[in-house]
This record gives sequence, C-alpha cells and structure tokens, in this order.
Amino acid sequence: MTRFITSSFSHLILLIGILIMVVPVWMIFASSTHTSSMINMNGLQMFLGDSFYENYLRVLLYQGGFFKEITALKMFFNSFIMATGVAILSVVTSLMAAYALVYYRIKYATLLFWIIFITILVPLELRIFPTYSVMAELNLVNSYFGLIVPISASAIATLFFRQFYKTVPDELLESAKLDGANTWRFFVDFLIPLSKTMIVAMLIFMFVFGYNQYLWPLLVTTSEQYWTVVMGLKMMSGSIVHRFAFVMMSMVPPILIIIVLQKYFIKGVFQDK
Amino acid sequence: MSFLDLKNVTKIYPNGTKAVHETSLSVDEGEFMVFVGPSGCGKSTLLRMVAGLEDITEGDINLDGKLINEVDPSERDVAMVFQNYALYPHMNVYNNLAYGLKNRGIDKETIEQKVNDAAKLLQISDYLQRKPSMLSGGQRQRVAMGRAIVRNPKIFLFDEPLSNLDAKLRIQMRLEIKKLQQKVGVTSIFVTHDQVEAMTLADRLAVINNGIIEQLGTPIEIYDNPKSLFVAGFIGSPQMNFLDGNIKNKTLSAEGFEIKDIDSDFEGEVKLGIRPEHLSQSENSLINLKVDLVEQLGSDNLVYGHLKDKKDFCYRCPGNLTIEKGADLSLNIENNKYYIFDKSTGKRVN
Repeated sequence: MTRFITSSFSHLILLIGILIMVVPVWMIFASSTHTSSMINMNGLQMFLGDSFYENYLRVLLYQGGFFKEITALKMFFNSFIMATGVAILSVVTSLMAAYALVYYRIKYATLLFWIIFITILVPLELRIFPTYSVMAELNLVNSYFGLIVPISASAIATLFFRQFYKTVPDELLESAKLDGANTWRFFVDFLIPLSKTMIVAMLIFMFVFGYNQYLWPLLVTTSEQYWTVVMGLKMMSGSIVHRFAFVMMSMVPPILIIIVLQKYFIKGVFQDK
Repeated sequence: MSFLDLKNVTKIYPNGTKAVHETSLSVDEGEFMVFVGPSGCGKSTLLRMVAGLEDITEGDINLDGKLINEVDPSERDVAMVFQNYALYPHMNVYNNLAYGLKNRGIDKETIEQKVNDAAKLLQISDYLQRKPSMLSGGQRQRVAMGRAIVRNPKIFLFDEPLSNLDAKLRIQMRLEIKKLQQKVGVTSIFVTHDQVEAMTLADRLAVINNGIIEQLGTPIEIYDNPKSLFVAGFIGSPQMNFLDGNIKNKTLSAEGFEIKDIDSDFEGEVKLGIRPEHLSQSENSLINLKVDLVEQLGSDNLVYGHLKDKKDFCYRCPGNLTIEKGADLSLNIENNKYYIFDKSTGKRVN
C-alpha cells in the first residue's frame, strides 16, 4: 500500500512537470489555428480552431522584413543550409583534428588538445568583434560561408572523438599497417566506420547548435535574404496568430531530426563503442 | 646469408630504457623460431622490430636478402598475429581476411579464391559472413591466423597469440599452429613466455633475458644442456632445483652431501642444479628429502619437500609410487645428470 502511495506520488510530480512543459506549447499551437480577431477578443485558446491551413500557408509565403524581401520559407531554407553546413563542417574538422591529435606524433599533443578545449570557455559573444572584422575583411558578410565557417570549429566534438580514438586498441592500427593501410586508409576504413554512431550523434548536436544561432547571423547578415528562422522569430511582423504559427514551425526541424536519428544519438552519446 | 638476419640489433626507448642489447640472430627459410623469456625481457620488442612496428635504434635487419630497417611495415610483406587478435570489429570475417589483399590491389576473383582457400584450411568457411564479436575465442584465433596466411607473406610473426585462450583450447591451437606451419612452410617467429609452448612449437628456441639472447638452440639442446643459471631455471617444468655449494679439488660439497670427481676445473662458490625428473630413490642416497606435499598428476607425482636446512626441493616420480606426506626419502641423481653454475656469473661450469 505504502509502495502504491509513494509511486503514485512520484508519478504525480512527473505529470505536473510534463504539464508545465507541454501546456504552453500546446496553447500556442491551439491559438495558432484560430483567427487573430478571435485571439484578440478571447485571449489564448486551449482548443483547436479551423484556420490552421490558412494561417500556416500565409506565414510560409508572407513577404516579411523591412523591405519585404523574405518569406518564412526562405528563412527555413537559410536555417537548413546553415545548420547542415555547421553540422557537417564541424564534424569533419573535429574528426580530423582528433585523428591528428591521437595518432600523429605531434609534440605537445596533449597541450594542444587542452588549448582547443579551453575554447569552450570562450563563447562566440566574447570574440564576436574580431570574428566579424575577419569576415568583413574577407568579404564574407552576407554569405552562407560567413554564416557557417566561424562557428564550425567544435571543441566538444573534438573532445568526444579524441576520447573515442583513445579507446581504439593500438593493435588495430598496427594490424592495419601490416595489412598495407596507410594513414588515410586507416582513417577512412577504420576510424570512421567505428565512430559511425558517434558521428551521427555529433551531426544532430551540431545541427541543433547551428539552427539555434541568433547573435552571429544577426551580425553577419545585413541583407534580409540571409535571415534565419531564429532571427525571424524576432523580426517577423504580422498578427499574433501568424507569429504563433511561425514559432510552432520553427520547432519542427530540430524535433524531426532528433526523432529520426534518436536511435543513433543515444547510442553515440552513452555508449563509447 | 640466411632468410632473416638480425645483426647487432639494439633498441633503446626515448626514456633511455635499453630493451634489446646488440642481438644477432638468423632464421632459416621455413624454420619455426620461438622467442621465450619472462615478461619485459624484450622478446616482443624484438619481434615488433622485425614487423616494423618499432624503430631500430642500432643494427640491421635483413629479410630475404633485403635490408628492411627503413622499410614501412606495409611494404615488408610480413604478417602478424596479435595477442588480442586485433580483428577488425566492423568487418565480417571475409573482409577481415580480404582487407590486406584489397590494399595490394589484387583483383576481386583472386581475393575470393584466396580467402576461400584460407578459410577452408582453417575450417572457418561457415563463419565468413559473421562479425568477430559473434565468434568464440578459438574461432577468432583462427580468423587472425587466416588473415596472416591469406596474404602469403615471407614471414609469420606471432605475439603470444595463445595467452587469451583457456588451457584446453591453448593446447589444441598449439598443435594446429604447428601443423599449419609445417603444411604452409612459412618461416615463423613465435613469442611466448610459456616454456611448454616454446618447447613444443620450436624448431629452434631463443631464450631471452633482459634484452639478451641467453641461449639459442633446439628445444632438446637447451633442455639437456643449459648454458646459464637463467636458462636452466626457465626451461623445464617443474623448475630445476638449485642448491648452494662449493668446489675444491674437483669435489663439490653441498648441504649434507658431496660429489667427487666432477668434470670441471672450477673452484669456488657454485649453484648446483638438479632437475626433479633426474632423481630416483635408492639405497646409497645423496639427498635426504622430507616430504611436505605430493601433487598427483596421474602419470607422475610431484613431490615437494625440504632438505635438512629447510631448502625447498622437488622430485618427480612415476605416478604408481605412493608417497605419504611427512615421509623421508633417500634420493640419488640419475646418470650424473646435474648442472653446476658459477654463482657470481651464472655461467655453466661443468
């Protein structure tokens, strides 16, 4: 009996937690399916209305911004390019950096690694002016390249891959060498397949990281053509239901990617082999 | 020049440790050479230098008439079986075997032919599509050997490949390795710390201690005629008994007994070595043993006891003799099979 009470109690706490998280999101979603006059008169809604298609379609195709040059659809496209670019580039660079750190005979490799690692303590905001001035000098303001490259060196991913490579037994490398594999082949034929799950996990991680960027895209783009979804959340003008619809849609890509790849994500983060 | 030739090979690690001292050794084509010694004696380092996995500090290594000091491991045409097998975990058995061939640019059909032949020879044809994690220890061992065989290398190198197997499987695989080597006829070097493995596998045996080859010869030569205290103690199971003694005028006096007319001009402090199997019970006894413990192996009994001065001593006798704990035995050395070593240098003097 006491067991029943304690377990009901803990379930109750969990349920309350879930409600606190879910209800606001649900209210935004429900409200976004009504007309704006309905919201203006009656406040936020708990139940679905019948303007779903109308609102969402309008948001996607609405010419927003100060110069009316950008649609939500274009923002999604920009965000997708940026997030994918950041994900792929940062995974590729950290894979290779970790490979060099672990397998090449570099003097002070550990020191180098810690220097890379310390950059975790230096957020983008702290180096934003020098980074901007580099991008400006290189004429990369208002380009996808400028959006992606400066945030694509990931110390965390380098750490993950380095720690993983260190668990790969040396005999594997030696055996591969005797089998005629050079350094490049060992990387491609062994380390990449062995760290497959971890690569997927890092891709998701960095995709969401790139997708969520706000300050950097804000600074490095002056043309509305390069606005991203997260910037758009702030910049979008329009009625309240349309903003709600936009908020809802902005959540979809990261959620989608996690649902599709969560199997790999969990394997990659919590299981090192 | 023989097939594999090591000349004054030395290995000094960056931290100053000297792992191998000016070692010279030659291995003939088709020979099965075993490096045996305690752990940390430099035997694996020596093997890894032949493979190219360790740099050579000094000296030369020639393989098949070619100096290979600076040749990359992938170009040396050697194959190695590692202690933990080092199978490629993400490839199935077929690809494990085929990988080295693919890297050499051999065409697909030839690879398939060779892999299938090797698999047949090792009886692993049924597992070709499995991943290494789905195989038992013995099967993994075979795959590791298959990976070596399939490339048809100039030399096989084995780095304690049997030490991860259980006792029964180890004996079985030992036999199979020997048979296989005789069938394929490839020159092989096998590193082990297990002297039984060494004795049974080797055509010739190099007993290594502290980075030096203490003795080189056929297993029987080394067993019958150990040149140093270390070799005498290392080869043979149970270990040789050692007693302190002193030689004066060709008479050796040890604790409680004397041996006259010994075949040596040495005078001074010595160690007398007697193998447990070279003793027998007799009337006119030399050694009096008080029995502490008897291990019955079936075919043999191992009798452990002590001499007058509490010195531990072992005697091996046929299994049909019943010996009680606490008994007093009078033992004699059969056919004067005893070994005398200089106590200070460890060198054999008779």
